[in-house]
Amino acid sequence: MNAPLATSFLQSQNFIYVLYIVAFALFIQGLRGLAGPTTAVRGNRIAAVGMAIAVIATLLNRNEGNWGLIALGVALGAAVGVPAARQVKMTAMPQMVALFNGVGGGAVALISWVEFRHYGSTYGGHSYRLVSIGAAPAVETSVHVGGVPAYVAIFSVFAAIIGSISFWGSNIAFGKLQEIIPGRPISFGAGQQVVNLVLLVLALAAGVDLIAGAHSQLLFIGMLVVAALLGNAVVFPIGGADMPVVISMLNAFTGLSAAATGVALNNPALIVAGMIVGASGSILTNLMAVAMNRSIPAIVAGGFGGTGAVAGAEGAGEHAGTVKSTSAADAAIQLAYASRVMIVPGYGMAVAQAQHAVRELTKELEKRGVEVGFAIHPVAGRMPGHMNVLLAEADVPYDQLEEMDEANQEFGRTDVSLVIGANDVTNPAAKNTPSSPIYGMPILEVSNSHSVIVIKRSMNPGFAGIENELYYEPETSMLFGDAKSAVSEITAELAQL
Amino acid sequence: MTVLASVLTTNLAILVLAGFIGFVVISKVPNTLHTPLMSGTNAIHGIVLLGGLLLLGLAGLDGLSKALLVIAVAFGTINVVGGFLVTDRMLEMFKSKPKPKRDAGEEHGAGNDGGEGGTPS
Repeated sequence: MNAPLATSFLQSQNFIYVLYIVAFALFIQGLRGLAGPTTAVRGNRIAAVGMAIAVIATLLNRNEGNWGLIALGVALGAAVGVPAARQVKMTAMPQMVALFNGVGGGAVALISWVEFRHYGSTYGGHSYRLVSIGAAPAVETSVHVGGVPAYVAIFSVFAAIIGSISFWGSNIAFGKLQEIIPGRPISFGAGQQVVNLVLLVLALAAGVDLIAGAHSQLLFIGMLVVAALLGNAVVFPIGGADMPVVISMLNAFTGLSAAATGVALNNPALIVAGMIVGASGSILTNLMAVAMNRSIPAIVAGGFGGTGAVAGAEGAGEHAGTVKSTSAADAAIQLAYASRVMIVPGYGMAVAQAQHAVRELTKELEKRGVEVGFAIHPVAGRMPGHMNVLLAEADVPYDQLEEMDEANQEFGRTDVSLVIGANDVTNPAAKNTPSSPIYGMPILEVSNSHSVIVIKRSMNPGFAGIENELYYEPETSMLFGDAKSAVSEITAELAQL
Repeated sequence: MTVLASVLTTNLAILVLAGFIGFVVISKVPNTLHTPLMSGTNAIHGIVLLGGLLLLGLAGLDGLSKALLVIAVAFGTINVVGGFLVTDRMLEMFKSKPKPKRDAGEEHGAGNDGGEGGTPS
């Protein structure tokens, strides 16, 4: 009222709304930039600027004096987030993304909880005092009139459930990738889907009850807990190659829950940003599921690893004893006299941080006139594009990286395929064994090349727990050892030839 | 109530349109950039930070609500700051390629470097 004119202009809802429009226009422009390797860095920065504008706009809203707490929250977040982002190794990127995704979902759930603590008594259509918490002009005029409309309750409860699932699911995914929790699938077996369904129904029932006007704080907390259990129950049974799909799906979930929060809080920046992420995450999830020839419902219903472990055990019994192992020196000779070598990297390369060693090997081979290419499976590693990021870090030229279809045409004229820590994406069972859990997934057909060298720590089946028939084929030889030291040894042997 | 209904319908319109924009913009991203894309969109949904900031500005919050919101703001900040920084680090690696030319068969080759990318593989 007695504030200076300029301040009241800056605090006008229309001005704030305009800033939000600028912010989400920048988000969209930034994402468009991410479409190409040359514009991607700028795209990301444009989106970051959009975020800064959105935050500033929000801080212009009428504030009843909790600046200290806001500063505290931001400082805490920055103190954790900045060093984590600066120091994380490129190989640990998937779990970092899972973790950042999880805290986003957690924020959504907490915000919904506070909303309920303050407006929950008005859910169900009763008329109480409404405080304007959004930025839209329409609500500004309706301050102190009427109750919180039913849709606010619906969107808020939706956000709470999805946010809680996302938080817990992402944290379990993080734990599995970081190997704090065993990566192998853990499940109730056949009862898993029943458990998931019961939890989902319970969460929804609690949500409907709350929307209908059950003013119980305990019920709301119960709903968050059930959703948390559901997040655990969905991710625990998932192992191996399905993990990227899950992270991507949870990313989409957090986006959708942010959009729902935006509707509940009447905040356009939240709606647009959340929805774009929801849409893009869904596309990405679908792309990955298609690349593995699996349906998203089948992945979520769980049981990939359950059947995989059984098939793996059978395979082991059948094939035992027919594996040929080789030494670094022999592998070096094989590679040195090849005219074309295809390197097939996988998660093992990431774990061993072997990308720089691989780059050295590539240089050494090229010095000898060997043509070297990299065959990149779309879901190699734990995220789509995971291998590309690592190899880019090691300065492998972009044009040496070949996508699956391209690479599969090349294997026929490849002398040696060097498989470094890749497993499921090279498993011929996906083509030949209808009973295999990965049957139908497109693979890199390395066995079409004249010979195959596989660098692997041991004969243990991979993260997914499926035996790989490739290792028993006559043209395959195994070089047992850590990917980084094995590759370095080969390079050293090469240099002496 | 009519005023509130119009707020809802406007927001739903924004929601639906944003969904379509998301589909259109994202379907153009090449496989190679999927990890940075996931990381970048991940940072953007950290915008829930705004929700925490808005609610913390309200009067009449009790101690528990304040504590929950401080955590929410901290979480949102981790999501935003960490997400953008990590994405930037990843993308910098793509940028520092010695030869930006691309083999044939890349659907995104029509960008600004399309001219020199004409070499057949």
